[in-house]
Amino acid sequence: MIRDITLGQYYPAKSLIHQLDPRVKLVTTMIYVVSLFVAKGALGYVVATIFLVMVIRMSKVPFGYMTKGLKAIIMLLMITVIFNLFLIDGDIVLWRFGFLRITDKGLKTAVFMAIRLIYLIIGSSVMTLTTTPNDLTDGLEKLLGPLKKIHVPVHEISMMMSIALRFIPILLEETDKIMKAQIARGADFESGNLIRKAKAMVPLLVPLFISAFRRANDLAMAMEARCYRGGDGRTKMKPLHYESRDKMAYGVVWGYLLLMILFGRVIYNYISFI
Amino acid sequence: MIRADKLTFDYERLDEEGKVESVKRAVDHVSLDIKAGEFIAILGHNGSGKSTLAKHMNAILVPTEGTLWVDGMDTKEEDKLWDIRQDTGMVFQNPDNQIIGTVVEEDVGFGPENLGVPTDEIWKRVEESLSAVGMLKYRHHSPNKLSGGQKQRVAIAGVMAMHPRCIVLDEPTAMLDPNGRRSVIRTAQKLNREERITVILITHYMEEVIEADCIFVMDAGKVVMQGTPREIFSRVEELKRLRLDVPQATLLAYELQKKGIPLPDGILSNEELVDELCRLKLKM
Repeated sequence: MIRDITLGQYYPAKSLIHQLDPRVKLVTTMIYVVSLFVAKGALGYVVATIFLVMVIRMSKVPFGYMTKGLKAIIMLLMITVIFNLFLIDGDIVLWRFGFLRITDKGLKTAVFMAIRLIYLIIGSSVMTLTTTPNDLTDGLEKLLGPLKKIHVPVHEISMMMSIALRFIPILLEETDKIMKAQIARGADFESGNLIRKAKAMVPLLVPLFISAFRRANDLAMAMEARCYRGGDGRTKMKPLHYESRDKMAYGVVWGYLLLMILFGRVIYNYISFI
Repeated sequence: MIRADKLTFDYERLDEEGKVESVKRAVDHVSLDIKAGEFIAILGHNGSGKSTLAKHMNAILVPTEGTLWVDGMDTKEEDKLWDIRQDTGMVFQNPDNQIIGTVVEEDVGFGPENLGVPTDEIWKRVEESLSAVGMLKYRHHSPNKLSGGQKQRVAIAGVMAMHPRCIVLDEPTAMLDPNGRRSVIRTAQKLNREERITVILITHYMEEVIEADCIFVMDAGKVVMQGTPREIFSRVEELKRLRLDVPQATLLAYELQKKGIPLPDGILSNEELVDELCRLKLKM
């Protein structure tokens, strides 16, 4: 059961999107998210759809992988749609049953909200599917670099993230082991109500924490033995460089944002029915 | 290369107010002298202080009394700390807890990165040290998918990439299966022979030390025996008293000797024992 959890859902393939600098992908994702909230009419969403489909095509990742992330938000999606559908007041009532009614504005907002959320998840999935967790932390470290000036421990944060990524599978395996050991001694993790189940986790969590601390201690010693002394004076084995394709990608992304503002806002203000 | 003079280390147990509750002496007036290029083994039972001694060689611990010099540098001098750690690399027992990178080659690059080595040079060193331990074809793998022996070899490569003159292996094989154990020891021997690196192997497996240049046997924080493998293993009774095993061939030869068969002292390997027995048969 525990092995089903996959972290860092990287999909290995050779594509232009995979080769892009992680910083480009992080910035693009951010711009994409912003652009979804800029759009007001259907026309804006057409532009967003074209952009998304193009990127997915270029990434060579099967579409099925993109939609996997949607399962996690299906509840949230339903709630948003239902609330928007029934609670927003509009000019024309389309359907009425007792106190429930659906208006044109409500329908429109609900549909757009759903599209927005779905695109959001798919868009960020494209990033996580085409970037290794390591590249992501590296990219983040470099992007947040300027924050060092105001004493944000950027290097330490990214180091912690990559160590966490390295130890997640190990700790999962350990959880599995402890669970089996406790089951062999008669522990019951399955039956009972929520409170009993939560109580049953104690004999699992205590040894897990102890072992995690022991590992942390060992790892800290091993890092010190290999001369680790923080981010200062450290060189990079894989430094990040912008290539010409990364600069082009930036151009495309900013162009896309302009288009979104143009179609989603400017034209919408003139012809508001689309 | 490494010289210890009356090195003593106490573990202090603190109570809740931070006062010293009890003191346990882990290393007790140890003096030793290790020359560059040697293959040294330190043997001892659990709790004999051998790991504590090892941690001094990398300045992870600093002696309570006495002094330890690494390449002429006193480990108490704090400004020499990083030079000492670069000079003597350390490989620990648990292979999972000392690999930092999520990809093999990134882990090997971690040490040089910390030393501030330029990028091109890091790649060169990573390649060199991975091929020295025979792990070059696994360079893009995740360490989680390697076997214990392979992980330890990656850890050795990680140390090698820092270009140390000496490697301390602190029970590197304790958590491995026989195959992994053999591959790690072979790697250490190869580095000692081909790259002229001083190797200090800490273990309680006797089979691993028969090719060492010199063995130190520790008990209760003291060095109780010292000598070549042949000298050490001819003292079977003494080793037994220290609750240490001797290699099987040595034990068999010892028992045969007791029964009156004239075998020489300090037989170390099966081949040697077979040779000696055949020679006896010819004489008869």
